[in-house]
Amino acid sequence: MTASTQKAETSTALEVDGLLKRFGDLTAVDKVSLKVRAGECLGLLGPNGAGKSTLIRAMVGRVIQDSGRVMVMGRAAGSTEARMALGWVPQELSIYPRISCRENLGSFGRYYGLKGQALKEAIAWCLHWAALEEKQNDVARTLSGGMKRRLNMAAGMMHRPKVVLFDEPTVGVDPQSRNRIFEMIEALRDAGTAIVYTTHYMEEAERLCDRIAIIDHGKIIAEGTKEELVEGTFGRRSQVLARFAGGKDEIEAWAKRHGGRVTQETAEFTIEQAGEIAPLLDDATKAGLELLDLSLRRPNLESVFLHLTGRELRD
Amino acid sequence: MVLSFVLPLAFFTIFAVIFGKENNSTPKVTLIVVDQDKSEASENLVKALDEEDSLWVHLSPVTDKGVRSGPDYTAATAEAAVKAGDAPVALIIPAGFGQHPIAFGPDAGGSTLELLNDQSDSIAPQIVVGLLQKAAMTSMPSAMADEGMKYAEQYMGGFTPAQKAKVDGELDALRKLEADGKVGAGSGSSGSGSDSASAGILAVNVRAVVGKSAGQNKNMISFYAAAIGVMFLLFTASGSAGALLDEAESGTLERVLSTRVTMTKLMAGKLVFNTLLAFVQLVAMFLWGWAAFKLDFFSHLPGFVVMGLCTAFAVAAFGMLLASACQTRAQLGALSTLVILIMSSIGGSMFPRFLMPESMQRAGLLTINAWAIDGFTKVFWRDLPVTALWPQVSVLVGIGAVLFVVARRIARRWEYA
Repeated sequence: MTASTQKAETSTALEVDGLLKRFGDLTAVDKVSLKVRAGECLGLLGPNGAGKSTLIRAMVGRVIQDSGRVMVMGRAAGSTEARMALGWVPQELSIYPRISCRENLGSFGRYYGLKGQALKEAIAWCLHWAALEEKQNDVARTLSGGMKRRLNMAAGMMHRPKVVLFDEPTVGVDPQSRNRIFEMIEALRDAGTAIVYTTHYMEEAERLCDRIAIIDHGKIIAEGTKEELVEGTFGRRSQVLARFAGGKDEIEAWAKRHGGRVTQETAEFTIEQAGEIAPLLDDATKAGLELLDLSLRRPNLESVFLHLTGRELRD
Repeated sequence: MVLSFVLPLAFFTIFAVIFGKENNSTPKVTLIVVDQDKSEASENLVKALDEEDSLWVHLSPVTDKGVRSGPDYTAATAEAAVKAGDAPVALIIPAGFGQHPIAFGPDAGGSTLELLNDQSDSIAPQIVVGLLQKAAMTSMPSAMADEGMKYAEQYMGGFTPAQKAKVDGELDALRKLEADGKVGAGSGSSGSGSDSASAGILAVNVRAVVGKSAGQNKNMISFYAAAIGVMFLLFTASGSAGALLDEAESGTLERVLSTRVTMTKLMAGKLVFNTLLAFVQLVAMFLWGWAAFKLDFFSHLPGFVVMGLCTAFAVAAFGMLLASACQTRAQLGALSTLVILIMSSIGGSMFPRFLMPESMQRAGLLTINAWAIDGFTKVFWRDLPVTALWPQVSVLVGIGAVLFVVARRIARRWEYA
């Protein structure tokens, strides 16, 4: 083993290797393998029911897998050491609504075994990190939606984990609070924390994530940086999106003739040169289709996702 | 659905069994008898009492199967047995009773029987006094005739020698029939008897040996503090344990289980908290009894603490079991209402168990309520030492431990997918 390989191995904070989980006849996670390094943010994108939640719960150690393994900082997920190295911010507001922010943080700190001065310092750090110092004595249920989200995140940071799983942390949050949450996550990443981030908002993934894994039907169907995903899916080609008035069958037949496909009432083609558009439209006119809308764009992450899964991320 | 149909039917059935005529109504009263006289009259009286359907007469301690388990009771051991709750009443037939067993009037100089009673059961002594009068009427005809002759001689100027010889002859014949068992004990027709000792032909001195330091009303206050307290403790415990369901529903439970806290630790922590909560509720209940109704709380503090903690532990575990068995808060609310009200009705929280039929009293032993109330009764009514609470303590702690283990087993469904 070379020195560089050894360094890469030791900096792996989270490793999922061949994870398989079935619920009866349903394969929720199908031999998934992933690695997240320290200081790296991995975006986990997938439509609803794709297996994201099961994968996240397996990382937390809350799933008994059929095969494969999940290691957190070199320890099996679910072990005491792995639990102490891992922070989990669930999508649901998993805080105690009837007690104050400070008391909430105190409770979760104790669950992680903190006490005395260490507990006080952890509470102070989390209140500062989540910008909740002024609200520390407010009862949690009286906070705004964004503040509750930040408290929910802070509760998972009390033990200063080396790996953090964020499961859609910005659901229902106003833009201002969302920006604040982004800053919180970026601060963690810059401090060397390995992050797994699931979201239904493509722009969040593009802003925060160093690498992105797209999961569908329990499998990782693409993984890499944003540029790698676009390059791997579309090459140097551009996307043409066209909407027509006319029969669905005629539109699909026309798209098929030209190597395209129809997704959610929009015909999608990839072209290398702009000159390829005119013949397409001529043939559509001959087929009796009335053009409603036409756009040409460079593919982005949204395009990749739609192309690979056939669904919008928010579906 | 459960509350609308099952609960009313369950309650109807329970109270029909308690009060219904088809159940042969009044429960039997256990009566300890100490015969210090050993005369023919006293033995006839004991025999007549023994043949009463409403009484279980014990001359000596017996096992549950009716096998003699010790020497005959003495006045002292009988009093101790009543204090321990083995029987609600004990009858002492004094030496010399056979010389002058009955008297027609309060000042006629007859022997006085002593009836030791436990004030927790106000019905038993009244039944026994009534049956004593009936037994006296039917079991001692010669004594009745003797006493009648004395009155005749005193107030009518006496009989001629011929009349007296004939009467003596008839009395001898009557005594012979008594000895042969052809008249006397159990042969009379049934009657309700008098419910007042002074109004009967047997003089009976009723003496409370349990609850004598406090009045009947104060004893009832301690009884209801325990009875009602346990019922509401059960509701509180199930409600508090329902926090587990809230946490499961909100996702907090799963998050907590992702920390260093295991399910066993979490449930044990909740058990401790709910036990303390229930204990504080009991303390508040009895303190209110002390402040508002002069309940003698502080002189019974050690027994209260022992019984309070054991009861609180058992109800807390019961709440944990219900919560872990239910899927939602609504389900928990319905199930706990159903189970707790049924337990409370047969366990003595709504109606004293000693007034229930035997079968119901035995069924009540399956409930936390019955054991808890029995324990508190020992403390506050019988003034028994803490060591006497071992059966209740053992059962309540045992119930609590078993229920908690079962609850923990059921809670595995929350642990892993």
